[in-house]
Amino acid sequence: MQQNTSSAPIVSLRNVQKSFGPLRVLDGVSFAVERGEVLALIGRSGSGKSTALRCIDRFEKVDGGEIVVCGHRVDRPDVDLRALRQDVGIVFQSYNLFPHLTIEQNITLAPCAVKGMATARAKDLARKVLAQVGLEEKLHAYPEQLSGGQQQRAAIARSLAMQPKVMLFDEVTSALDPELTAEVLKVIEQLAADGMTMVMVTHEMGFAKGIADRIVFMHRGKVHETGPASILTTPTTPELTQFVGTGNLKS
Amino acid sequence: MSLQLDFPAVLERWPSFLAGAVLTLELAAFATVLGALLGTLAAVGRGTHNALISGACKAYVETIRNTPLLVQIFLVYFGLASLGLKFSAFAVAVAALTINVGAYTAEIMRAGFEAIPRGQIEAAEGLALSRLQIYWHIILLPAVEKVYPALTSQFVLLMLASSVCSQISAEELTAVANYIQSDTYRAFETYIIVAVLYVILSLVMRAGFWGLGLVLFPRRRRLGTPL
Repeated sequence: MQQNTSSAPIVSLRNVQKSFGPLRVLDGVSFAVERGEVLALIGRSGSGKSTALRCIDRFEKVDGGEIVVCGHRVDRPDVDLRALRQDVGIVFQSYNLFPHLTIEQNITLAPCAVKGMATARAKDLARKVLAQVGLEEKLHAYPEQLSGGQQQRAAIARSLAMQPKVMLFDEVTSALDPELTAEVLKVIEQLAADGMTMVMVTHEMGFAKGIADRIVFMHRGKVHETGPASILTTPTTPELTQFVGTGNLKS
Repeated sequence: MSLQLDFPAVLERWPSFLAGAVLTLELAAFATVLGALLGTLAAVGRGTHNALISGACKAYVETIRNTPLLVQIFLVYFGLASLGLKFSAFAVAVAALTINVGAYTAEIMRAGFEAIPRGQIEAAEGLALSRLQIYWHIILLPAVEKVYPALTSQFVLLMLASSVCSQISAEELTAVANYIQSDTYRAFETYIIVAVLYVILSLVMRAGFWGLGLVLFPRRRRLGTPL
């Protein structure tokens, strides 16, 4: 089912439905992400943006609708999860580095275990991806020896080592102070410049405005407004106007 | 009232004491390794979504935790005999102790598994690791590290509890003591010596677990912090 010719989107959601018990979290969400595109999912807490992101990597099963990611039918029960997750990298708010492994081991584990990469090659790769996030000197450190910002950059490097076709970022700077946030955002910016396809849930409106090719504003489980980054400066719906007006738009 | 102790009369039987102590340590070693495996499998089994497997593991753990060790040993001993199966007293003792410590290990390991944050597993799933790989690389070692003190105490306790295997005439330390005291009529001296030997065995095991911990948990060795 590898149907991702250059014209097909890398990620596409069509009329996706998802409820947690009686709570309807996603109510007919549709959007698509083209190759090389950076899409920012924004909205209030509880608007469904994180759930939408997690559905892409099937950390949540959808109740209805269609999700296609790199040719994988994610909405279907028979989707090959491990194949899907080799194509998709995901970075979480809480870093989730493996605390008992060094940064190098954190990075080499999946390439060796999943792709059967030789240890020596995986170690070279670890050096390369750590250089990409500016952490070469932390190769042999343990996660707890790193600052939050460094841990998040290491987590990004770990994801990059699997050479994903699309990266998902789930509020990756929400646990960081402004200074550490800046160093993580710089790494993401560089990835965008290198042409990585990305979907990010973020509260950093200034950043979203600067980096995103497209903004999806979610409200009450629906895509409420979507368009280029400029919609943040000239929103058309009252909800987005209120959202960006309540101090969310940092300079 | 005077207390007269005659240690030389008992100590001249030191080869028997030594043999008994070695056998006790062997019993403990076999039961610890096998029990750790059994208990870990039972803990994994109890956490599965398969109600049959999970129920069977729970029944095993609860049965063992709520019956005396001596009764369990007799059940294995006479149970195997009535099935017409002949095993050495040592083999029966190892089997019974394994079954016993496996149940306690299962409960301790379950606590360790539950202490692994959900985010760790999601991160591993996100990297396309298989279920088995996640258990092996991400869950098992950190879980063991978290419960290592409880786990090793349990294994030392098992070694001490192995004294009841004297009841099925496994020639371990307490059984040896029973012979010697009935031979020499020096019961108090004999059991003082045996008590000291058990203390030494406990210290040997604790030292062994400390050393094993250094090998198993390199992060802890380097940073000195608990996980």
